[in-house]
Amino acid sequence: MRNIYFDHAATTPLCEEAFNKMKPYFTQIFGNANSQHAFGREAVKAVDEARDAIAGFINCRPNELYFTSGGTESDNWALRGAAHACAKKGKHLIISPIEHAAMLSTAKALTKEGFTVDFMKVDADGFIDLEHLKSIIRPDTTFIGCMMANNEVGTIEPIKEIVKIAHSRGAICFTDAVQAAGVLKIDVKDLGVDMMSMSSHKIYGPKGVGALYIRNGLLIDSIITGGHQERMKRGGTTNVAGVVGFAEAFKIADRDREKNFEYVSMLRDRFIDRVLAEVPFVKLNGPYKKDRLPANADFSFKYIEGESILFSLDLAGIAVSSGSACSSGSLEPSHVLLALGLPEGLAHGSIRFSFGKHNTVEEVDYAVEVLKQAVNRLREMSPLFKAQGEIKNV
Amino acid sequence: MYNEKVMEVFKNPKNVGEIEIPDGIGTVGNETCGDIMQISLRIENDVIVDAKFKTFGCAAAIATSSTATEMVKGMTVDEALKLTNKVVIEKLGGLPAQKIHCSVLAEEAIKKAIEDYRAKQAAK
Repeated sequence: MRNIYFDHAATTPLCEEAFNKMKPYFTQIFGNANSQHAFGREAVKAVDEARDAIAGFINCRPNELYFTSGGTESDNWALRGAAHACAKKGKHLIISPIEHAAMLSTAKALTKEGFTVDFMKVDADGFIDLEHLKSIIRPDTTFIGCMMANNEVGTIEPIKEIVKIAHSRGAICFTDAVQAAGVLKIDVKDLGVDMMSMSSHKIYGPKGVGALYIRNGLLIDSIITGGHQERMKRGGTTNVAGVVGFAEAFKIADRDREKNFEYVSMLRDRFIDRVLAEVPFVKLNGPYKKDRLPANADFSFKYIEGESILFSLDLAGIAVSSGSACSSGSLEPSHVLLALGLPEGLAHGSIRFSFGKHNTVEEVDYAVEVLKQAVNRLREMSPLFKAQGEIKNV
Repeated sequence: MYNEKVMEVFKNPKNVGEIEIPDGIGTVGNETCGDIMQISLRIENDVIVDAKFKTFGCAAAIATSSTATEMVKGMTVDEALKLTNKVVIEKLGGLPAQKIHCSVLAEEAIKKAIEDYRAKQAAK
């Protein structure tokens, strides 16, 4: 039985370097980073070093970086914290329609508090329509948020352009870089963003830890109120081992960034090109190679449903994820694919493959063969698939 | 989430296909919901002698299609009309809560195929 992991956009295995660096912080250096004594000072030293390191990787000051429990908390904090802090100025918020659920659910909750949320438009490949964005900004727009790279279809957004538009109209600009940080070179000062979310476990770091970059001078409300941690902005005892692991994983990701980008892109391109050539009636979702996350390949398979493809691959030892309603537990297919304009049938038939640095060409080739068989088998079972003479891609 | 029995049936489903000149055929569901099930029956003297299915849907939809078609073979049409999704789920050893609605399709498709059979009989 094979054991092939093609779901790195969901999570990644902890790298050895981070694991080893974390170990002493569970049992030996266990102090509370908020304590005054030697135990606490030792812990806070580790947290400070982690903060300095990550700040360096994204080119911000250490005091602009706040540790959180992960991407979801960072997204919640940025959106809700900014919306509340600016509520006197205006209650209009703009986000992209392909944001992570952490943003969409928070935006929905804010509408119940009297905020109005409008959505950007995306084209068929998932790129933000900048002209449309300009047209929906209002004098009371306080917050504009767009992810740096989409988790489902891999589209890398023109954040710098979005920042310029937001700032020219006096709005805060936020980006969710959960899929991008550690994969793409990020310089927050060059981008000009006011806030940015990051997560550790997408880049071979531990789960349960992330960060929010908040530009100095920008004041947003806290959402987790408590003690004096994180310069009184985010309560809760610091996850010392977690932030140490996050920083170490980020260090490795930054060090090997170009090498990994090239290698993982090669796997992705080989996979995309083989699937497009060898599997009929398939649609690549998201852009073709350029401006696409190196790890991501997302396809819709016509006439069949995604969850049944997922389990067919799972039976052959290949782990992937699906945007179909059936695999999410909801009745709606992926909001991302619907925003890209896919008909519901194709949205139900989507599978995301996300590659990692430990995957091999041999695994990619094996997956193509398994995929071909699985798709054929399921199509033979499908009432939508009638004998098709000509092989073509949609 | 799925038990071994469901996965086994999903892996090796029975009765995949379409009966060429069916005595009754029923299709339920739609592409928007992500589930379509077609069941075709061969019926002799009100007894179901063969049943086949074609399903666009998740592993649960495919497994319930297979199991339901297995179960109705040999039943009279009246018996088959009484087949509920609950019995099919029991036969599969249970389904996750959010998958129960998929199993309803098999029950509905069989009912629709029998309605079709009766309409054809009445027209004769």
